[in-house]
Amino acid sequence: MPTSQILFAGLINGLMAGGIYVLVAVGLTLIYGVLHIINFAHGSLLMLAMYAVFLLWRKPLGLDPYAALPIVTAGAFALGYMLYRALIGHFSHGKDENILLITLGLSIVIDNAALFLFTGDTQTIDVAYAGRMISLGPALVALPKLVSFAAALVICLLLGLLMTRTDIGKAIRAVARERQGARLVGIDVERVMATSFGIGIACLGAAACLLMPTYYVSPSSGHAFVLIAFTIVALGGMGSFKGALLGGLLIGIVESIGGLWLGEQLGQIGIPLVFILILLLRPTGLFGAAR
Amino acid sequence: MTWTRTILTGCGVLALVAYPWVFGSNYASNVGFLVLFTAYLGQTWNIAGGFAGQTSFGHVVFFGTGAYVSTILQATYGVNPWLAWPFAALAGAFVGWLIGVLAYRAGLKGSYFALITLAVAEVGRIAANSVPITKGGLGILLRADPRPANFQFTDPVWFYYLALALCLFSMLIAWRLKRTRFGARLAAIRENEDAAQALGIDSFREKVKCLTLSGALCGAGGTVYVQKYLYIDPSIAFGIDKSVEMLLVTMIGGAGTVAGPLIGSGVLQLVGEVTRDLGSMLPGVGNAQPLSIIVYGAVLIAIVAWLPDGLIGLFSKGGGKARHA
Amino acid sequence: MTQWKVRRQAVTRRGFIAGSAAAGVLGFPAVLRAQARTVRVGLIHPVTGFVAYSGQQSRIGAAMAIADANKAGGIKGMGGATLEAVLGDSQSKVEVGVSEVERMNEAGVAAYIGCFQSPVGIAASQAAAKYNTPFIIDVGASDLIVNRGLKNVFRLKPGFGKCVDDAVVALGEINRAAGSPAKSAVLVHESGEFGTGTAKLLAGKLPSIGIEAKELIPHDNPTRNMDNVALRIRGIQPDILIMSNYVNEYTLLARTLHQQRVNLVGMFSVLGGGFNYRLARDLPDVAENMMDYNHWFNPKSSKAQDLKRRVEATGALFTFEVYLTYNSVMLLVDALERAQSADKDKLIEALTASTWSTDIVPYGPTRFVNGQNEGGRAVGLQVQKADIVVVHPAEYASAAAVFPKPRYN
Repeated sequence: MPTSQILFAGLINGLMAGGIYVLVAVGLTLIYGVLHIINFAHGSLLMLAMYAVFLLWRKPLGLDPYAALPIVTAGAFALGYMLYRALIGHFSHGKDENILLITLGLSIVIDNAALFLFTGDTQTIDVAYAGRMISLGPALVALPKLVSFAAALVICLLLGLLMTRTDIGKAIRAVARERQGARLVGIDVERVMATSFGIGIACLGAAACLLMPTYYVSPSSGHAFVLIAFTIVALGGMGSFKGALLGGLLIGIVESIGGLWLGEQLGQIGIPLVFILILLLRPTGLFGAAR
Repeated sequence: MTWTRTILTGCGVLALVAYPWVFGSNYASNVGFLVLFTAYLGQTWNIAGGFAGQTSFGHVVFFGTGAYVSTILQATYGVNPWLAWPFAALAGAFVGWLIGVLAYRAGLKGSYFALITLAVAEVGRIAANSVPITKGGLGILLRADPRPANFQFTDPVWFYYLALALCLFSMLIAWRLKRTRFGARLAAIRENEDAAQALGIDSFREKVKCLTLSGALCGAGGTVYVQKYLYIDPSIAFGIDKSVEMLLVTMIGGAGTVAGPLIGSGVLQLVGEVTRDLGSMLPGVGNAQPLSIIVYGAVLIAIVAWLPDGLIGLFSKGGGKARHA
Repeated sequence: MTQWKVRRQAVTRRGFIAGSAAAGVLGFPAVLRAQARTVRVGLIHPVTGFVAYSGQQSRIGAAMAIADANKAGGIKGMGGATLEAVLGDSQSKVEVGVSEVERMNEAGVAAYIGCFQSPVGIAASQAAAKYNTPFIIDVGASDLIVNRGLKNVFRLKPGFGKCVDDAVVALGEINRAAGSPAKSAVLVHESGEFGTGTAKLLAGKLPSIGIEAKELIPHDNPTRNMDNVALRIRGIQPDILIMSNYVNEYTLLARTLHQQRVNLVGMFSVLGGGFNYRLARDLPDVAENMMDYNHWFNPKSSKAQDLKRRVEATGALFTFEVYLTYNSVMLLVDALERAQSADKDKLIEALTASTWSTDIVPYGPTRFVNGQNEGGRAVGLQVQKADIVVVHPAEYASAAAVFPKPRYN
């Protein structure tokens, strides 16, 4: 059993990792909450956003990944909105299982387009502050991880405000709850759904900017986050922001402590096990409404 | 069943039996094997996902469990693979029963059920990677000893006929499901579980039975895979790829239909082979191959876009549809 | 079994194509283009999927070798017959790799070269065995590939058993020369067959050079976060770290340890997936003084330097996949020359008796035992000033090892 110092450091590491998971999962949960589908293209779109960050950082533009955040996020929103309008909403014929298949097809296309355009090579970006360490008690945390953790919290807060304080937020919630009813009161349901999809993908844009200073990108790098994001979304309760936030942090900690305790390989088993246990005990997730 | 359908079915079966004779090549037999074997696995998914509405993202857990059980029995304990085969089915059935009892007792439905199967498959993969009995990440290699008594064949045509038999067998089960009370109860649960229960259907029992059946069939498939390729490792046995493949061929072909998985598997396999082949002929080194998979993905989207009920919609207007009548 | 074969050969390939409309779809017309004076080589690599980069690199090497061999007059022993590549994509999947073997067999390939991933190589070479077609493993570390009693399988490069043996010797000598600062090690490895196998062998051999393997830390592929691995290494405080993993996790771990300022006497890897020119160029601070024991070209060979220039001129990196596949093709060319025929039995015989040598890699003449070339070797490498240099053994070394490496402040 590891010492308390190492345990504390592991806890901090888990929280930091959880921050990124939250960002990936929050987009997924929004899309689930409104469209009622699991977006299989989520990992591929994250990878695409990471390439965008990489290309902006590379010469000749030389844009810092944090400075690129507004651009990539806005671009990701536009891409998500258009994908929904041109493809997903259009071709799904209103059937959930068809949306699932289209997002599956989309992920195949995106992954291989990236492979074609960027080759299968692993790319990293090297920024001066990546090596800056901040000490939190016995734990040493890389500055970019602290930044991404804080940013994840801020983005969740902003999303929460967007959903409760704005008209579009209210419309999204109305569509999520009762699609037909929303249509009847004059809400443009298709537009709201496209907007939700756009916001979900925009979260990925932000996640990509926050990840790249310490991570890498290759055509398959997004998939590392998909399974875990699914887990968090169901764990927190599908469609629940609060659930995604707490679920993400919880999974980050479970992964970290599990890794310290059981080893990095077997420790991974903690994630699906906790997930299974929680769902068996609370079938709608931590914060999910009964469906 | 009308006369025309009987005749059509008969012709279809005859064509499948004659296929290796017509295309006298091992390559064609091998492609045929992949079509039928994937269709078989798809049908096992269909029994739960299509007929009972129990969509799963982790069906590979049955496949992987079956594959490991028969392989370990064979490689470690020297059991003849034919004898080990039923144990693979039993193991698959047990895992199906266990998931069913736990998940349905907790009342998991829809996406929650789908995701919990995915999580169980992940547990399987990580466990297989970590415990000594599976040799962890090293994987298990079966000794090549091609004798029919040893469940190994040199000529791919035998695996083709084995897959054909399995595929037809699973289709027969699916066909029976559409005609028995058990199948009717599953259909009722799929359409509206609350209403089904109000009619006195014990939905928990029926769903567990259905998942156990599906798991048994899928587990038996695992053995066939290892006997053909003679190697298994945790990511082959429990990777998400196979789960998606099973779901994909079934949904593209037409979920909840008898012929859906076979049609879906045939078309997707053909598209996959053709695009891969074309990709390898394009000039330029290395880079052309992703393009072929892009085309594959685009074809997939196009099928969904134009045939919302799956490929089966091409063959029967309304007749084959179980799901969205 | 026999009557099956007889009957099925009665349907000729040409008749098969003419007789069915679907044949065009299945891609056989390629056969019609086959000419007597070409020798077809089936190349099966994962050019899509998770390890697409490596597959593409292998293809570059194969294409260059085939172009070089043809430019040099083809197979002289066969009247100047030219080599023709039949390209295949395993998509990183076993089933697809086997499917490609069957397709290429229809196309009449004389030999196969592939497959990068060991599981695909194991299954594909097994499938090729029933046609008695030679299968040259260009990359594929697992020692399960050879030693299966398959007469058609040949691996030019050393497997991980031999690499580990040599690596331990090299590490021992480097350590001793520095006054034995390394007494303990932690091994971090990917949990697949490559990483697990390498790490277990290493852990067993390290005591022979006075280094204690304190702990083995396996990790999944992909791993999102190496912070905890760094934490544990810091807790155990080993003198050296030995890694065996693929490119992404290798890069991530190296980067995390650098960020966390984990002090080590040295970082060493055996067949380190991420140890390449890109790491040295893109993350020079991270990579500096990292050591690896890997397949490498002979830096003192002008042929190797020439090949390196040509590969880099195309914008690609000169990675081990490139020259291992290049050499695999050349090994085949040599065997064809001596067999004077593409007949499979003669070709296998020629490969088995092969004493081919090249100075592109630091190998002696080939000597196949159960399909494994015993004449190959890997070398000790180190990143020094954003470049990769050979530091062991002395006869190929272009620089001395920096060991122990400077400490972080």
